Parts: sequence; C-alpha cells; structure tokens
Amino acid sequence: MTIRLAGIIAGLGITAVLVLWSLVPGVIALVTGPPAEKPAYYAFKEKPVEPEGGFSFAGPVGKWDYAQLQRGYSVYKQVCSACHGLKYVAFRNLEELGYSEEQVRAEAATWNVPGIDPDTGEATMRPALPTDYFPNPYPNNVAAAAANNNAIPPDLSLMTKARKDGSNYVYSLMNGYVDPDPEKLAAAQEKGFETPMGLYFNPWFENVNLAMPPQLYEGSITYDDGTEASVPQMSADIAAFLTWTAEPTLIKRKQTGWFVIAFLLFATGLAYMSYKQIWAGQKPKKK
Amino acid sequence: MSFAWAKQYEPQSGFTKWIDEKLPLPRLVYNAIGAGYPVPRNLNYMWNFGVLAGFCLVLQIVTGVILAMHYASNTEVAFGQVEHIMRNVNWGWMMRYAHANGASFFFIVIYLHIFRGLYYSSYKAPREMIWLLGVVIFLLMMATAFMGYVLPWGQMSFWGAKVITGLFGAIPFVGEPLQVWLVGGYAPNDSTLNRFFSLHFLLPFVIAGVVILHIWALHIPGSSNPTGVEVKKESDTVPFHPYYTAKDGFGLGVFLIAFTFMVFFLPNFLGHPDNYIEANPLSTPAHIVPEWYFLPFYAILRAFTGDLTIPFTGIVLIQAKLLGVIAMFGSILVWFFLPWLDKSPVRSGHYRPMFKKFFWFGLIPTMIVLTICGGAPAEEPYVLLSQIFTAYYFLHFLVILPIVSQIEVPKPLPFSITEAVLGSDKEPAAQPA
Repeated sequence: MTIRLAGIIAGLGITAVLVLWSLVPGVIALVTGPPAEKPAYYAFKEKPVEPEGGFSFAGPVGKWDYAQLQRGYSVYKQVCSACHGLKYVAFRNLEELGYSEEQVRAEAATWNVPGIDPDTGEATMRPALPTDYFPNPYPNNVAAAAANNNAIPPDLSLMTKARKDGSNYVYSLMNGYVDPDPEKLAAAQEKGFETPMGLYFNPWFENVNLAMPPQLYEGSITYDDGTEASVPQMSADIAAFLTWTAEPTLIKRKQTGWFVIAFLLFATGLAYMSYKQIWAGQKPKKK
Repeated sequence: MSFAWAKQYEPQSGFTKWIDEKLPLPRLVYNAIGAGYPVPRNLNYMWNFGVLAGFCLVLQIVTGVILAMHYASNTEVAFGQVEHIMRNVNWGWMMRYAHANGASFFFIVIYLHIFRGLYYSSYKAPREMIWLLGVVIFLLMMATAFMGYVLPWGQMSFWGAKVITGLFGAIPFVGEPLQVWLVGGYAPNDSTLNRFFSLHFLLPFVIAGVVILHIWALHIPGSSNPTGVEVKKESDTVPFHPYYTAKDGFGLGVFLIAFTFMVFFLPNFLGHPDNYIEANPLSTPAHIVPEWYFLPFYAILRAFTGDLTIPFTGIVLIQAKLLGVIAMFGSILVWFFLPWLDKSPVRSGHYRPMFKKFFWFGLIPTMIVLTICGGAPAEEPYVLLSQIFTAYYFLHFLVILPIVSQIEVPKPLPFSITEAVLGSDKEPAAQPA
C-alpha cells in the first residue's frame, strides 16, 4: 500500500512538473510567439532521384554493370581525383571491375604515391603498385583547405553510404547544378537567402549552397568504350563507381542472402512440420 | 525446484552414470531445458522470445569476439579498421552487419519479451525476482549497446557519446568532474574509446551471468502462462523437451529469416548514414539521434524543456536538463516497482478489461509516439507530443496501474490450464498412436 501511495504521488508530481514548467510554457510560446519557420533554403531542397532506367545494382537481384563501373572509374580518375581521395580502395581492388592483373599493374603505375627513396631515405614520389591505396591529392587537410576556399574536399570511398539514398544522391548532385527557380528565389531572397561568392547553387546539397563548382560538362572526358559523355551519363557512372567503392561486397552480399534465406525457409518449414507433429493430440480441437 | 511429476534424469550407460556422479551437468540441462522441466501446455508464441533473446546474446558474443580480433580501439585507426573488416577480412562484412543488426534484433526481441511480461503481468508474485533481474539485464544491454555504437568512431558514435556522457554533467555539484572522469577528458577521445571497448567486451559476459540467475529464478515457480492461472497438476503441463524445443526451433527459424533478410538486403536501414563519416570533433551533425531502440527514452529526456523554478522569483530549483535525466532513468526504474504497484490478483491481461484498454490504447501508442518523437528534430509538434506522452507514460505505471488494480472487476478465470485449453478439466484424450 505504501509503495502504491508513493507511486501515485510520484507519478502526479512528475506530471505536474512536466505540465506546469515545460508543457504550459511551450504551449504559450507556441500560441503567442512567432510561428517557427524553416530556414529559407528549405524551399529549394530536392529529394534524390534515380538516373533514367535506374541503377543495375539496385534491388534484391541487382548486378554490377562492369562497363559502367569502368566508365565511372575514368570519371573519378580524370575529374574527381584532382581534389578527392579514395583512401579505403586499393588499386588491386580494380580487378573486381573486370580488369586483368596486368591491366591493374599498368593502371596503378600511372598514379604517383608518396614513397621513400631507397638510397637516401628521403620522402619522394613513386609509381603506385597494385597493393597501394589511392593517394590523397593533398598532403594534409591544411593544404586541402587552403587550395579550396577553406572547404576540405571529403574522401569519396564511403560517400554513397554516408548520405541518405547515397547512389541516387551522388547522381542527383553531380547532375544537379541548375539555376534556382526565379519565383522561389524571389521569395527566399526576401527571407535573406543568397548564394555567397565562391559557392554554387545545387538543390540536392544539404543547404543548397555547395563549395564544389560544377565539374561535369558535355564531353569533358572521353570514354574508352565510345559512350557519349553527357552530364547525366557521367553523373550516373560516377555514382555507380562510388557505390562500388563504398561497398565492394554489395552484390556478393545480396547473392549470399538468397542462398541463406532459401535454406532458412526450407529448414523453418521442416521445423514447423516437426512442431505440428510433436504437438498433434495436445492441442484442443477448434470448436 | 520443480513439480512433483517432473521426469527425473536417468543415466543409461556406464559413462553417463560416471559423469552424473562426478559432475551432474547433463542432469542440470535435463532439468532446465529438457524433458525434466514441466511447462504450462498453453504457452502462445509470445513465450518464444526468452529463448530468442538467449540466442541473440550468443550471436552477439560470437560475432563480437570475431570482430574484436580485427578491430583496434585507437581513435586514429578505429574507423579505418572497421572498413578493413568490411573490405579485407574474409566474410568480415557479414560479421559486422550481423553484429550491428543483431543488436537491433536483440532489442526487438527484448521489447517483445518485456511487453509479454507487462501484458500477462509476469512480474507478479511469485515471479518478482525474475522480473527484477530482467530489468537489470535490460539496463546492462542499454549500456553495452551504447558503448558498442561508439566503437566504429563515426560521426554519430562521437556525438552520441558526447551527448550521453554529457548527461552526467547535469548532476549537481559533482556532475562536471564526474563526467570528465568517466570520459577521461572533456570530450570523447582515445581514453574513452579504449575504456568503451574494454567494457563493451566485458558487459555481455556480465549479462550472461545475470541471464543464468534470471533462468534459475524462473525454474523455481516455473513459467507463467497466458491464463495467469498457476499450474495445478500434471495435465496442465507438458515437458519442455520435445514440446517447447520444437516450438522454439520453429520460432528461431522465423526469427532468422527476418534477421538475415535485414543483414543481406537492408543492412544499413536501421543505422544512420552519418556514421559512415569519420568522427570529427569540429563538425556537429545537423541532428544527433541515438539508435532506434533508445528513441523513446531519448524523447523522455528531451520532453523537459523548462527549468523547475519558484514562480515569480526566477530561482531555479532543478535545471531542465537534470529533470530530463531523472525522468529518463526513472522511466526504467519504475519497472523495478511494478510487482508492487499492480496489486490485481489476476495476472493475465485477457481477464482484465480495464487494464487491457489502458495497455492497448494507452501504453502501446505511447511507446510508438515517443519513438517517433525521439527520432524527430526538437521542434513542434514533436516537443508537445513527447511531453503529453511522457506524462502518460509515468501516469500509466505510477497512477493508472495502482488504481485500476484496485477498482477493476476481472472476468472469471478458468479453473485450470487444462480447462482453458481443452474446455473441460478432464484428462486430455489419449494421443493417437
């Protein structure tokens, strides 16, 4: 009885504190105060969209499109790698994109990585080996910030997992440098919205003003396989490549999943039948 | 420790007789989860979750020990080390996804297990000790899960650790030095990561120890059951093996299908993308949210937005942050008092019309709304909703339960489990051969 009485008093006490000191002032502020408003840039924000035809790796039976991954790699090499690293990916991993061991060795040699001069022990640059990881274009974050108007270009290894709906996000962002809708812009400017000098408008970016200038232009690279290098094409290719860098085991994971689930369905079916058999006669008949 | 009609272990061969004399471990297993443990014959599927929780604990320990072989608890390398597991360790991606989703599924199972206990009042005498130990296990699980989430050293790891350890700073007078001592610095750092790794490895074994006590305490009165009528005679029970081993085997299969579906097809669905960004003490994420299983408690923490002041004087008695911390810990501590708050002699919610209404239309929606509010940004209407439902949460356990158990007229109970199952309390018909 004492515990119940104490409980009732404590319960009413907590509720009174919550209602009188938190809820009531909150309601008063809500009614009398200015209505809460989202920041002006919210008017522009867009949800990630998928490229035309979608990604080959999407869905439970998705597969890599190796030609697309190789195209995406050339976009990374010729455009992104000027500012962005790929530190969790090694050159040897490129074999998974369908290159042969010799091709990977030759490809790695076209990159320079920091090394040590074997004669003097001094820091130097040497051609990369397949066992090396992709180098960071900047020696350190200070250099990266100094070269980029104080915005450090992030490493891209995990980018598609580090954003919501990441593959579509990268595609939409790279393909998304557009002029703001004039009507929305006029309304937002009244609330103080602007795109400061040195930033670029992109409705798919977190606060729609992005430090990275547009990178992809019609024909800015030439694909080995002759695919026309349109902006949506390059955007989709780099998004596919970065999906692979973020999770090289993506397809293996889904394929393994089918085997595991098929086995479990079978085993659970057996378990169900033995359960029913063992319980036969113990359960009442339904009336 | 058991019912008079429980079958006794009878070693057959010379070897098992020899073992039984020296170390009667087979006898212990036989009496605990074998044919020697008579269990009410009317358990429904809600009684599967105890065994499943035990399975989850083993799963987490096995995957966790393997992950620990490849991990390094140093802030310089921890994030990269996790990527090493994902990319270079054979089947490392599967181990890590199984461990991360295993934590979520452990909590799903535990929440269902707790809701079973709440609905069927499994906490009532003579099973108070089982319930109390269960709440201890739940608290240990929360600590373990929280520290485990810090180990990948992503953005949410770091900022989550900062927010949660910051709660200790709300304690008057000793709060700040206590927080610095617990964290090993002013913000999460290498010392923090090392001690969290050490404790994250240790606590599961502490949990395993309390689980043994939990099961030991269970075997004294035996399992509760959906009618809430205690076992009276042999026809009320069936031996655990083969009846419930078979049923649990089927339950485990269903669980594994759901679990592996998440591991292999949606492994990051329950996680947060920000945790794939390495921890950066200089960049605060837009919304710091804990893992989904902490969201109701996080909502309770944030519901207290105003300091407790003496009106018109401006004297602050208790700061809002401390109120939130007290309420958050209090929201679980009230569970310790449940066996004495709810004095209704009837256990099962089936036979308690008023209790049932408050359970389904009060407590369950409250937990759902609080989960949503905990994951939402601190803006209206979520703040208001979390305040209303936090109030209901405490009223439910502390005010409604004691009063309902006093004034409620329960429905008539069946005479026995046998009657509840078979419609009449006669010996069940002979089994067909």
